[in-house]
Amino acid sequence: MRAMVIPSLAGALVFLAVWKLIVVIGGYPAFILPPPEAVGVRLAQAWTSGLIAPHAATTMLEVALGFGVGALAGLIVGYGLAKSSLVARLASPYLVAAQATPILALAPVLALWFGPGLLGKVIIAALIVFFPVAVSTMVGIRTVDAGLLELGRSLRASRRQILFTLEIPGALPAIFGGLRIGITLAVVGAIVGEWAGAERGLGVLINIARGSLFDIPLMFATLVTIAAFGVASYLIVVLIERRLVPAR
Amino acid sequence: MTAAIAPRGQIDLLDLALTYPAGQRPALAVLDGLDLRIGAGEVLTLIGPNGCGKSTLLRVIAGLLTPSRGGVFLDGQPVMGPDPRIGLLFQEPRLLPWRTVAGNVAYPLELAGAPRSVIDARVAEVLDRVGLTAATKFLPAQLSGGMRQRAALARALILEPEVLLLDEPFSALDAMTRDRFNVELLALWGRLETTIVFVTHSIPEAIFLGDRVIVLSSRPGRVAADIPVSLSSPRTLLDLDAAGSSSAAREIRAHLDAMAA
Repeated sequence: MRAMVIPSLAGALVFLAVWKLIVVIGGYPAFILPPPEAVGVRLAQAWTSGLIAPHAATTMLEVALGFGVGALAGLIVGYGLAKSSLVARLASPYLVAAQATPILALAPVLALWFGPGLLGKVIIAALIVFFPVAVSTMVGIRTVDAGLLELGRSLRASRRQILFTLEIPGALPAIFGGLRIGITLAVVGAIVGEWAGAERGLGVLINIARGSLFDIPLMFATLVTIAAFGVASYLIVVLIERRLVPAR
Repeated sequence: MTAAIAPRGQIDLLDLALTYPAGQRPALAVLDGLDLRIGAGEVLTLIGPNGCGKSTLLRVIAGLLTPSRGGVFLDGQPVMGPDPRIGLLFQEPRLLPWRTVAGNVAYPLELAGAPRSVIDARVAEVLDRVGLTAATKFLPAQLSGGMRQRAALARALILEPEVLLLDEPFSALDAMTRDRFNVELLALWGRLETTIVFVTHSIPEAIFLGDRVIVLSSRPGRVAADIPVSLSSPRTLLDLDAAGSSSAAREIRAHLDAMAA
């Protein structure tokens, strides 16, 4: 544990030092690039005054729900794609087209349809999570050792037993590759959704800080919050992966 | 009244044919008109040129492939699909890499829904029989190739099959390990009352292990020769060496050469 903490701390210190150095050498004013300590102070203030918390809570809820819905749909569709060439042929072009359409272009349409509330952001986050999870699930299920599946058949395993004892454990490492990408994209999706129209959320707060408040340290403090939240949710997925993916 | 217990594990193959792949053209006849009776408790070894359908035949007997014609009968009843009375040991160990040795050996009983207490007792017993008790908690990746194949053998034995089918199970092992395995197998089979069908590429192995050696013809596979083996028992490694130069070996070699010509 200690062996991992010390390099991480050292890395963070280097990052902050380079940031500070750029500000000093470049002589940038605080409204272009505030120094790290100013952002740190503003971050602490914004959290203690209760300014950030409601926005952060909204974004977290959007990310959690969007990731949950998108990942679940990705798992189911990915399994269908792997098991049925008909499903793969019918659905693949639409899936790829949906993924190739920039989420930024899609977000205003979804905001128009679903309004400024939670639902639109959850849908955008879910959409963007869906694709990597579906593809990684498809690849994971397709690459399950055919010899093991034949073994299962020779032991008269039911479809359900094959799914739970062979296919899922065999595909889990690949699926978690998709979930890792998906969780970081869920954060992106929620923020993009908030930009397209919302009343609350960290994306909204960035806009407010840049616009009406013109509080650039607050904008950076919000960015730091988003980044920290992204890292934390990624780590949660990694921790779940460590519990679920058995050693082999 | 005579209450003779009928011996179990007799296999009859009647006019067995398999065209592959089913319903497609050009069709490839892998097996064609194969008739064979394998007596209860008999150890039968199958040998034949590459691609003669040995592995296919084993999968048909195991119920994994459905013959295009004819049938497989176990104790007079047709085999319609995978059957718990028939155990199968593949060329590769096919262990679940995320399960321990014990977990892998327990797998068939878990699928069959056996209670935990029964499973644990049976696993310990079978692992002891194949000499793997010390490796119970190891993962497959931590085992040597030979130990993995032992674990796979334990898994095949745990359902106490009447018939055990082995598809070149030692072909990936080095020669010394393979010899030792063959001697161990004979000792093990002496204690089991299982019918055994063993597919091999090795003439000495076929003679050493078998009560009878069946030579399959090249595709489509039929019985080309049926050669009884008269080695004294118990057989030792010296018999394995002698098997290569026995009259049975010369007979098998002649059949195989005739097909290659």
